[in-house]
Amino acid sequence: MEASIERRSNVSLARRAWNIRRKAIQMGEVQGQGYVGQALGVADVLAVSFFHAVEYRAEDPEWEGRDRYQLSIGHYAIAFYAALMEAGILPEEELGTYGMDDSRMPMSGMASYTPGMEMSGGSLGLGLSVAVGRALGLKRKDSPAFVFNLMSDGELGEGSTWEAAMAAAHHKLGNLICIVDFNNQQADGASTGMCSSEPIDAKFEAFGWFTQRIDGNDIDTLVAAFDAAREHEGARPRVIICDTKMCKGVPFLEEREITHFVRVEPDEWQKALAVLDEETPE
Amino acid sequence: MTAATRARKYEPRKVPEGKQATSAMIASLEAEGYDTVAAPFGNALNALAEKDERIVGLSADLSKYTDLHVFANAYPDRFYQMGMAEQSLMGTAAGLAHEGFIPFATTYAVFASRRAYDFVSQTIAEEGLPVKICCALPGLTSGYGPSHQATEDIAIFRGLPDIAIVDPCDATDVAQMVPELVAYNGPVYARLLRGQVANVLQKHKPDYQFKLGKAQMIREGKDVLVISTGIMTMRALDAAEDLAKDGIDVAVLHCPTIKPLDTETILAGAGKGRLCVVAENHTKLGGLGEAVATTLLTAGVVPVFRQIGLPDQFLEAGALPTLHDMYGISRRAVGEQIKSWL
Repeated sequence: MEASIERRSNVSLARRAWNIRRKAIQMGEVQGQGYVGQALGVADVLAVSFFHAVEYRAEDPEWEGRDRYQLSIGHYAIAFYAALMEAGILPEEELGTYGMDDSRMPMSGMASYTPGMEMSGGSLGLGLSVAVGRALGLKRKDSPAFVFNLMSDGELGEGSTWEAAMAAAHHKLGNLICIVDFNNQQADGASTGMCSSEPIDAKFEAFGWFTQRIDGNDIDTLVAAFDAAREHEGARPRVIICDTKMCKGVPFLEEREITHFVRVEPDEWQKALAVLDEETPE
Repeated sequence: MTAATRARKYEPRKVPEGKQATSAMIASLEAEGYDTVAAPFGNALNALAEKDERIVGLSADLSKYTDLHVFANAYPDRFYQMGMAEQSLMGTAAGLAHEGFIPFATTYAVFASRRAYDFVSQTIAEEGLPVKICCALPGLTSGYGPSHQATEDIAIFRGLPDIAIVDPCDATDVAQMVPELVAYNGPVYARLLRGQVANVLQKHKPDYQFKLGKAQMIREGKDVLVISTGIMTMRALDAAEDLAKDGIDVAVLHCPTIKPLDTETILAGAGKGRLCVVAENHTKLGGLGEAVATTLLTAGVVPVFRQIGLPDQFLEAGALPTLHDMYGISRRAVGEQIKSWL
């Protein structure tokens, strides 16, 4: 399958992740808010997704041969837009429209607004079952494309996620890769502290999935995990559970009392950018 | 004030004389005097699937009880059994539709509307996907009690933008709606009648054909206009024959598509000085009755208006003929109510 132009470039994955973090902070500043903590945490996952693991054509987001990359967790839209811009699917000139009236980048991800957004997420726990349907559909069409479903640890609390997990294994969906961003943070506090989904890897294994649990902020580990997920030979769905750190890359935010919706003061957006800029990767 | 709409019945009982069997999931309706057709939904779907490769079927452990097993037997590789998981059913159907297929997803009406509503709303309707949700046991067609009585399914789905809602009356409606649901490029919620389904409409109007979005006059009459949907059109037609013996002339306008509503035909029929009765196998709240009332008031057409439908209650368990009589949707009860309003 033909790789996208961006993926052939010499820009490092670490630099891609850094760019995604930077764009997310810039969008956060536009609105004075946003799920920036999650965006910083998941930036490495998105960089490896869009610049290593996923097939797409930036100039043709609906290319039939593309891998379908679903954002189940619509709240992460700010991170996803940053990745879409970095991938060249959305023009960077639109960054300043984030969350504005008439923008193509509403605060929660919706398919009808944004090129490259495969589904309307946001009501949590929807994505994995839609991914099952897409994976079945691709198999019907004899397509070699994969379905990726990016979800959060919070969505593991929704029973529908486990309905879909059963269905994916039963229907032997080897073309489905689910990525769980495990940042251990939900609206009311730590996800493991309220109704824990642990041991999450054992649960997916018991459900019949090819399961990997990794440090989701380590680029090399992510690359290896995505490769293993693609190359696994069993007719089983694949899950990569990514332990990530909220606000990763901006230490003064990392150290803040971690909240679901991290509060950033008006003067802190530029400070956050300055912190990032101190360690610009090659 | 109390919220309980159903009395507790804990007192000891005696065994009654005669048999009053609870009508189970597979109960056929009391439909005396009509021929029946076997599995009109499944057979119509098979006929269409032969020509249209996009059609696939899914069920959540209820293919046999929605006649989708007929399709599953004919096209096993195009049928997906999702198990007892209605959210998974709807989300998976959405995913298949994203990939260009036209999924028919079947379960019982209660589960599609209550259990899986967010999935129907967000994965299917909000994305404008052509998923055809076809559900057995509409309204009061089971004696199992509220768990299986979909008394508010239409009210739930009427609030959902972009979804078409169909409540067929008989085998002709069920069979003929299938190709029209496929031709409609969007989401659909259709009530199903399964098993041996009565052939009602063509007995009364031999040239009747189902048309999505159209209400059709099945019977003319100068005293009363009944606007009805689903099996209540059968009840209205039967009651009209009874009332004719008393010299009461009843017109029946069959309105199987509840959304989008054929307001033009409804207004044309209602503005003639007749008693206007809306009859539906559904709670009187949020269904065809209120849709028609809004249509009439908005247009400044104000006939004497009455509703036949289920009460705003959790209904009882029991034998279906008993329950239909008790809640006013049997042939006899429909006739008596109309008579009382004249």
